[in-house]
Amino acid sequence: MSTPSLIKDEVSEPPRPPGEPGSTDNRLSVWVLRILSALIVPAVLLLFFFTFEFLQDPRTNKALQIAVAIVVGVGGVWLLFWAMDRLVSALPDRMAAGVRPFVFAGPALMILGFYLVYPTVDTIITSLRNADGSEFVGIDNFVRLFTESTYLVSLRNSVIWAIVVPIFCVGFGLAVAVLADLLPRKTEAVVKSLIFLPMAVSFVGASVVFFFMYTFRPEGFGEQIGLLNAIWTALGNDPVDWLRLPFWNNLFLMAILVWTQTGFAMVILSSAIKGVPDELLEAARIDGATEWQVFRKVTIPTIASTIVVVWTTILITTWKVYDIVAVMTGGRDGTSVVAERMVTEFYTFRNEGLGAALAVVLLVVVLPILIINIRRFQEQEATR
Amino acid sequence: MASITFENVGKVYPGGTRAIYDVSIHVEDGEFVVLVGPSGCGKSTLLRMVAGLEEVTEGKLYIGDRVVNDVPPKDRDIAMVFQNYALYPHMTVYENMAFGLRLRKMPDDEIDRRVQEAARILEIHEYLDRRPKALSGGQRQRVAMGRAIVREPAAFLMDEPLSNLDAKLRVQMRSEIGLLQERLGTTTLYVTHDQTEAMTMGDRVAVLRKISHEGESNLQQIDTPRNLYDNPDNLFVAGFIGSPSMNFVYGTIQEENGKLGVKFAGHTLSVDREAIAKRPSLSNYAGKEIVIGVRPEAFEIAQAVPNATDDQKMTVKPQLVEQLGSEAYVHFEMDSPPVITPDIQELLEDQGADEETLGSVTKFTARVNPDLAPETGQETVLVVDTSKLHYFDKDTGTAIR
Repeated sequence: MSTPSLIKDEVSEPPRPPGEPGSTDNRLSVWVLRILSALIVPAVLLLFFFTFEFLQDPRTNKALQIAVAIVVGVGGVWLLFWAMDRLVSALPDRMAAGVRPFVFAGPALMILGFYLVYPTVDTIITSLRNADGSEFVGIDNFVRLFTESTYLVSLRNSVIWAIVVPIFCVGFGLAVAVLADLLPRKTEAVVKSLIFLPMAVSFVGASVVFFFMYTFRPEGFGEQIGLLNAIWTALGNDPVDWLRLPFWNNLFLMAILVWTQTGFAMVILSSAIKGVPDELLEAARIDGATEWQVFRKVTIPTIASTIVVVWTTILITTWKVYDIVAVMTGGRDGTSVVAERMVTEFYTFRNEGLGAALAVVLLVVVLPILIINIRRFQEQEATR
Repeated sequence: MASITFENVGKVYPGGTRAIYDVSIHVEDGEFVVLVGPSGCGKSTLLRMVAGLEEVTEGKLYIGDRVVNDVPPKDRDIAMVFQNYALYPHMTVYENMAFGLRLRKMPDDEIDRRVQEAARILEIHEYLDRRPKALSGGQRQRVAMGRAIVREPAAFLMDEPLSNLDAKLRVQMRSEIGLLQERLGTTTLYVTHDQTEAMTMGDRVAVLRKISHEGESNLQQIDTPRNLYDNPDNLFVAGFIGSPSMNFVYGTIQEENGKLGVKFAGHTLSVDREAIAKRPSLSNYAGKEIVIGVRPEAFEIAQAVPNATDDQKMTVKPQLVEQLGSEAYVHFEMDSPPVITPDIQELLEDQGADEETLGSVTKFTARVNPDLAPETGQETVLVVDTSKLHYFDKDTGTAIR
């Protein structure tokens, strides 16, 4: 069950090269194999290096490049692991058990370090420098972020996103999960698929769909084609430019994220609800609970840890929202959010220091949520 | 407190499957009635009907004088103990027990009084602040009982509450539940598939079975454990109740030289006229083949019964002798085809076996004095107490009386 026992297994049964204690002939072949493996490791690394060169050459045939990439990528990695494992096996048993995990996890750790940890550190350093990175400015960028109204609006909006979106996603998700549970099995599958479908639509795609719902034509620019204005004018009102409506426009943008994420919340919560033992609900009914009390006092507490995981996952998504705002309003009319502001600073205003500072803010906000999430998940796994 | 009455109760599932037909049981106020039967016999369904968790589709169900067919579970004033305890995992033991009382808006001091009292009775005081996860199976069982007790309901419903416990604990909890019920005097309906549990706990035991043909009730017989054991109504009840179970063999009753004798598998034993006279219909079966039932304890080693006459004895060759110390089981075979009727087949099925396992001979088990137990393979003379024989119609399986 637990990791220690796994390690113990490895110690007690280290994979041995075939035919080790046999004749001298066998022993010789073992050594040949080991020397061969020792040569394979640098050879494969060289092969990788040359393959990169080859793949970057614009003159070669594309199909050939793809084939080479697949063969060398998959085969090379396999060969590398095989050779390294063989070398580790040559070590004394106890040492081999200690080294082997690093042989397998090592490459992944290196890649993660290279593509994740290094950029993070680099971003933090950049955030302490000026617009073109030439001078160290201390926390000036952060001071600007938390004092200038432009950035404060982005921060405020992100906080509202982080509060509103998870509430609606989890609320709707829970409601649909519970109600769908009451439907006949086949209908339930259809309903849930339909609600899950928006998950498959990209944020940009979803934004385009909603753009047409919110769209507004000023006087003299043709008929109103937006769904929302169609309803609004049918009720006898004048058409409204929804995406420029102060403050409310933020909520219209959030609706898009809610539309795509509700399906996610529903699927996870639905399986959690189905996991609540029937006897528990029956016991509560016999104890005198109404259906609502059963739901609130038994079902909800039982699936609480799942709700937290769903909540935090969506919370993190809200902080990363960029595409919706970029497509719909470009951050105008007080709809800017942190991630969107970050891209604008980097690429429109060429202010690397400020952009990096916004990235650091994002990281600092998301990190504790992520840690809570992982902790929760581990707890859940532990009780299983 | 109240009585529970099933009046021609039936249950048909929406798909058209019939689970229950025409069951009538009256559980007296304060009585402990056990529903027992093989899996699929409908015992749990009946219990869940009383709880209000299953719809009653035919007949009437009373709790006290009130018809409760359409009363939701929360208004039935009953408490149920589930097989897997169904404790609320997010509440402490105390909260688990108090939950039902809180829902009824009972004042806090009264809740506390009842929970403390139940915890004292069940000796779970020290666990009151723990979560169910931190308790052993036996402790969870007690908490589940406590949750039922604090409610002071009209009736307890228990659905195989001991089946998740290990054998030793089960025996201990069996007597504890029995004592508790006696002390509280609460009407109790208890479901189990274990006939020992049924016999030891129930004031009365209802034996149920799966409906095999249209128009047959699930209820086979309801009586006190003693009567059920001594006077089973049919082969099913006879074979289900008792461990080791009753031996069956095809045989006849005939009169020879002015003496009544029962003949089976080459043996002839004389029968007391009185024993036959108690079963008047038996005379209609004279000379016809019937099924004869012999409880293992109707046998004894001949040396232990000095005044036995020769016409009560039979010589057998034990295939296997099991010495338990307090008693010994002698297994032997008789040259006669095994008794196979629908009743027997159903009992075999419940044990995960079929008629193939019986082979082509009749297998018997005798329970004898452990001090006189023979060796395996050693010819042994057994005495049969023929006044304790049971007689069944071989086609219908009903007892001949």
